[in-house]
Amino acid sequence: MASNTIKFEKLPDRLPPSNTVGWMAWVKTNLFGSISNTLITLLVFYLIFLYIPPFIEWAFINANFSGSDRSVCDENKAGACWTFVKVRFDQLLFGLYFATNPDQMWRPIIAFIGFFGLLIPLMIDKTPHKKWLLITLLTIFPVFFLLIVRGGVFGIPDSDPSQWGGLLLTFTLAFVGIILALPLGILLALGRRSKMPVVKSFSIIYIEFWRGTPLITILFMASVMLPLFFPSGVEFDKVVRAMIGITLFQSAYTAEAVRGGLQAIDKGQSEASMALGMGYWQQTIFIILPQALKISIPSIVNTFIALFKDTSLVSIIGLLDLLKIAQNSSRSLDWNGYDIEAYMFAGIVFWIFCFGMSMYSQRLEKKLDTDRRE
Amino acid sequence: MRSAIIQGVLLFIVCYALLSIYQTTIFNLEERGIKTSTSFFDSVAPFKVGFSPFLDYELGKTTYIEIFYIGVLNTILVAVLGIVAATILGFAIGIMRSSSNWLASKFSLVYVEIFRNMPLLLQIMFWNFAIFLAFLPPPKQSLEFGVFYLNGRGLQTPLPIIENSNNFNIWLVTIFFSFIGVYFFRRWAKKRFFETGKTLPVFSLSLVFIILFTTLMFYALGGPLTIELPVLGKFNFKGGAQLPLPLFSLWFSLTIYTSAFIAENVRAGIASVSKGQIEAARSIGLSRSQMVRMVIIPQALRVIIPPTISQYLNLTKNSSLAMAVGYEEVVAVWANISLNQTGQALIIIAMTIIFFECCSLFTSFVLNIYNRRIQLSER
Repeated sequence: MASNTIKFEKLPDRLPPSNTVGWMAWVKTNLFGSISNTLITLLVFYLIFLYIPPFIEWAFINANFSGSDRSVCDENKAGACWTFVKVRFDQLLFGLYFATNPDQMWRPIIAFIGFFGLLIPLMIDKTPHKKWLLITLLTIFPVFFLLIVRGGVFGIPDSDPSQWGGLLLTFTLAFVGIILALPLGILLALGRRSKMPVVKSFSIIYIEFWRGTPLITILFMASVMLPLFFPSGVEFDKVVRAMIGITLFQSAYTAEAVRGGLQAIDKGQSEASMALGMGYWQQTIFIILPQALKISIPSIVNTFIALFKDTSLVSIIGLLDLLKIAQNSSRSLDWNGYDIEAYMFAGIVFWIFCFGMSMYSQRLEKKLDTDRRE
Repeated sequence: MRSAIIQGVLLFIVCYALLSIYQTTIFNLEERGIKTSTSFFDSVAPFKVGFSPFLDYELGKTTYIEIFYIGVLNTILVAVLGIVAATILGFAIGIMRSSSNWLASKFSLVYVEIFRNMPLLLQIMFWNFAIFLAFLPPPKQSLEFGVFYLNGRGLQTPLPIIENSNNFNIWLVTIFFSFIGVYFFRRWAKKRFFETGKTLPVFSLSLVFIILFTTLMFYALGGPLTIELPVLGKFNFKGGAQLPLPLFSLWFSLTIYTSAFIAENVRAGIASVSKGQIEAARSIGLSRSQMVRMVIIPQALRVIIPPTISQYLNLTKNSSLAMAVGYEEVVAVWANISLNQTGQALIIIAMTIIFFECCSLFTSFVLNIYNRRIQLSER
């Protein structure tokens, strides 16, 4: 029986034109799409070739890593002097007290490990029990930090905060700023949305006052005027004064970040909780804040990045943070003249943390965005 | 009733705290031999201020209050210079970021991420101490940028000099009137467009009119303004103006730092114009330049302008970091040196804060006006 059924078979898809796929096509559309595009590409290439190879040569190929004093670097001026950073590394990271007492160095190291051990899991999506980690970081860790870095108990030698410095101090100031500013900022944000005119206007005045003033003026105020505000006999350490100034300043910015989150919460939420018979504080603590804080995490992280960068201003009121130690080292007799390396090291350290945090907040923003669309 | 009690108690606590802090401060100051009063304003300031382009400074004659004015004017000077430069650079980088050229877009991404993630103070110190002070040549071998000369002492710039102040003022008034004329011309052109649909090249006509008119008036008034160029003398420059190195470093770093933030605003603004708008503009037959001018820019600017105005305020506040390099703006000469000299902490810090609060209030005022205008034109 002859088969008279015709079998239809799908022909294979034709390949796309060769000039629209592959790296050639990519280069053509993205680099040489038009005349002006080509000109821009050539110009940028030219700039890259002009500046990048000499920089790499200076920073890596000709750089000095060996030795323990400046003689190595003085002989070879063609490259960067990373020996300097290597020798001063302990000071830059942990400040003078721990750099001069190497047997005590384990204390800041453990503090750092504890800090990152709590922080990094928090930034990973799948970590279980995040809430408890966060609570540990915000409550138990500061106490632990104070015990181990400040010392003075359990046979741990006492380290005076005025002797703290370097990255340790930078972190301490930023962390204290955010921990203390968070509750204050939440209260202020709630106050700003309160229906009570006195509460509302006080909150607005407070927030706008601190936001309108440069941090450096506030730090001056904290270091010069704070002792004047209190009856004689009440003494504050320089570091504590800076912490107070930073906290007051940061609480205003945190308040604005939290307010953004509060505004995003639908009115129905508070109406529903009112219908269930909840009072103001029950409503706020159990219904509104958990949702609002979640939304405002990216902006809180952004204010934290700004604060982290701004802690460098304490060098102007004489604290030895990372930037100040870098500057002092490059002006010391041993290493006079190696400014670029000093600033570059401090800059890279700051950059890594700020860039990391901003990546995290951007990712979080994207995630929250899709959450809401679902 | 309950809320009235809470508010009353809060009011009492805050007022009591503020009052007791105030009294303790006055008492503590008096204990140190400082009587808080404004009488020190008129006493002579015993320290040197090197840079005072707007007010005459003379050691042993200038009083404290004049020092305050010098500081404020210097802050405003660096803020204005920084705002102009950061806006131009920020828009250029932001537009590059949105360019279809991959290399240009990535280049500006790297620029933005490098400069906005490092502390400004670090950048100021880096440029000033590690680069400019270390590498800029002496005046004899200045780097030349057209009519600008850069050397280890600072930037030499041309200086406009008013020859005839009377005619110069008349000239300014004529410029003002030419702008008013252009405003009415544009209104008329818009009306005509809505009635007849006929278009005119309004922008280029206005520009040509303003340029022609002002140049004509300039020569008609006998050239009331001349520009003095810096000329290299035997040891230093003669003529022109000099931005001292601290000012130059501060301006340079503020510009770079703020431009990174403005570039990010510009990118977000351009990205916020939805693709449908561009497709719709094409489908009704707008040319590319019309589309950019009438569809993309107006919508992008709405997103770009408010955060950019906040950046201007930040730049002004950040100019207080000048302390690190020794530029004599208000925080440096007033909140630091004058405070140390007189000990009048209360008045001096209050005046510094009030100055910055005024800047901040002015910024919110401008922002509010802008936001209201945007809201009105929305349907």
